[in-house]
Amino acid sequence: MNFRPKDIVPQLITVIAVVLIFGFFTYNAQINMENRGIDFGYGFLSQESSFDVQFSLIEYDGSHSYFRAYLVGLLNTILVSVIGIIIATILGVIVGVARLSPNYLINKFAAFYVEFFRNIPLLLQIFFWYFAALRALPLPQDAEAIFGIFFLTIKGLYVPAFIWQNFNVFFYSIVAAVIAIIVIRIHAKKVQESQGKQIPVFFISIGLIFILPLLSFLLGGVSLSFEVPVLKQLATTSFIYEGGVSLPPELIALTLSLSLYTATFIAECVRAGIQGVGKGQKEAAASIGLTPNQVLKLVIMPQALRIIIPPTTNQYLNLTKNSSLAAAIAYPDLVLVFAGTALMQTGKAIEIVSITMFTYLTLSISISILMNWYNKKIAIQEK
Amino acid sequence: MFKYLKQLTSLVAMVAVLFTFTTESMAAKKSKTLKNTQKKGFVRCGVSQGLPGFSNADAAGNWTGVDVDVCRAVAAAVLGDANKVKFTPLSAKERFTALTSGEIDILSRNTTWTLSRDADIGLTFVGVNFYDGQGFMVRKSSGITSTSQFKNGISACTNIGTTTELNMRDFFNSKGISYEPVAFEKADEVVAAYDAGRCDTYTTDKSGLAAQRTKMKNPDEHIVLPETISKEPLGPVVRQGDAVWEDIVRWSLNTMIEAEEYGITSANADSMKTSDNPAIKRLVGAEGELGAAFGLDNDWSLRIIKQVGNYGESYKRNIADTGILPDRGPNQLWTKGGILYVPPAR
Repeated sequence: MNFRPKDIVPQLITVIAVVLIFGFFTYNAQINMENRGIDFGYGFLSQESSFDVQFSLIEYDGSHSYFRAYLVGLLNTILVSVIGIIIATILGVIVGVARLSPNYLINKFAAFYVEFFRNIPLLLQIFFWYFAALRALPLPQDAEAIFGIFFLTIKGLYVPAFIWQNFNVFFYSIVAAVIAIIVIRIHAKKVQESQGKQIPVFFISIGLIFILPLLSFLLGGVSLSFEVPVLKQLATTSFIYEGGVSLPPELIALTLSLSLYTATFIAECVRAGIQGVGKGQKEAAASIGLTPNQVLKLVIMPQALRIIIPPTTNQYLNLTKNSSLAAAIAYPDLVLVFAGTALMQTGKAIEIVSITMFTYLTLSISISILMNWYNKKIAIQEK
Repeated sequence: MFKYLKQLTSLVAMVAVLFTFTTESMAAKKSKTLKNTQKKGFVRCGVSQGLPGFSNADAAGNWTGVDVDVCRAVAAAVLGDANKVKFTPLSAKERFTALTSGEIDILSRNTTWTLSRDADIGLTFVGVNFYDGQGFMVRKSSGITSTSQFKNGISACTNIGTTTELNMRDFFNSKGISYEPVAFEKADEVVAAYDAGRCDTYTTDKSGLAAQRTKMKNPDEHIVLPETISKEPLGPVVRQGDAVWEDIVRWSLNTMIEAEEYGITSANADSMKTSDNPAIKRLVGAEGELGAAFGLDNDWSLRIIKQVGNYGESYKRNIADTGILPDRGPNQLWTKGGILYVPPAR
């Protein structure tokens, strides 16, 4: 194969131009920083951070390094993104299906929800849920217990903590259940392909995931008790709950606003996907004797998912990136902890902003790769 | 005769050379920042996003405050008009980047002078225009009257990106109290969250607490605790590497403080030109050539005093009369029991 200059030259010029532009900006930044006596380097990451963070998934306090603070922020960003994506997906699917419901009330309510929440700027919604909720929620001493063990207060949602005995046995029982389910699925597929018999995989799976962990309680010596939060007085009018787990209101408000906002877009994706499957498909499937459930599961959904997945991937990416608005309401995400406090305390603006950008890029690309892989898996395989 | 003529010529030549040298060095002294400022016709000044008494904009967009007055003094000195200032409101997070990147030329934004800020990140602090310290605000109804009553689990609202966050940790650690830090990016949100009851205490510089208290729904329900947990000398900052500009800003601030010391006010500045005290005459430009050192004319300090006023006038106008901190505390002249003490202008 021989290359013609016409094929290579424009691309070569583009590459050179990109390199030159980046080179110019890097060089410029270097000169300017040198002139102003600013050092460049990532050495600060190992220094002691000396600031505390309100909410962390890993052990952290000010005596840890800036790198640890970065991890704290990153994990908090991932936490709110994962919870947000799960809730937004469930809500989005429900609302998307509801928009196609023949029931007038359900249909119109879903439409109203979508139009209302997707047309208000997200930052405003975050402020609304945070400050409106803060004003509306009771002080800890006035809070009514929900089911006797949950307390929703202005300082957060207090839930009982699990106290496990022999937690590892319980964990292994779940792993065993998952492996058993996978084996049964593979076996069921084989049986269906060779004999045409169907095994009720779904019910067996449900049974396994409950029974095996239950057995670990009865036979494996696993026990579980709850530590219920208890009210503690700090001053005349100042109380908190001690014990149990406390979810800060910042996390709750952020998750709520992100999921409610993103669910509207996912709902529209779902609606488009279902409507995008031809009516003839459903009728044809029914005519060969499939039950309505089978029609949905085997004919409609596989085709609808092809339409739903790519735009929904965009929504997942948006949600992850939008989580950076957390800084406005004091949720310690990557932007607040690392590109905020750490940046200020070290003054390493270029280094920290570049790390933060690279981190978001990596997060987004990981989600993209995962969703593309899933998309490929469910795409029609033409034989 | 001829011999004398020769001597005379060499003398003239020497004088001429000397003169060119002096004008040469004068021009060199004209710093890049000063040159740019005079070319643009305004001083670029970074201030807060709204802290009553320090830098706060009214509905018409006019900025007032003691931090604002430092920039106005520099404008009066180098441009002849205290109103030729362009103010850029900055968050705590943005402020140093704005200065080092050259977006502003003076940062006068209740900024604490610390070693690492001065030495590390390309900044130079030029002086202190307010001696502050970090304190705590609590609700009166809580019954707390001293930080010794703080208990484990207390939640504290504050701003991110300030020395406050670090002092708070040092304080609670040294007392062995566990606490929940709730850090917001903007002061308005800190106040809103604390006011709503999210936090038991609100901590920042005491002047800031006093100023923000005026923004609360019901200011009388809150008190500032007497303890001060840190030293917070607040002052203007310039970029590193322009020594002349640094001197101009430093001595503009010093002029305001020294003017108060000698009793020179915006009202009596002109009449002070005939004073018997040479120190006063130097400050109002009637004696000496002080401005020449910066490449400025000799009336630079007189303009500061006439257009902006001395430090006491600025304090009274912005902080005392607005009810924020009527008592000057440490921000009183050294001659009156405070710690305001500046090197002599001579």
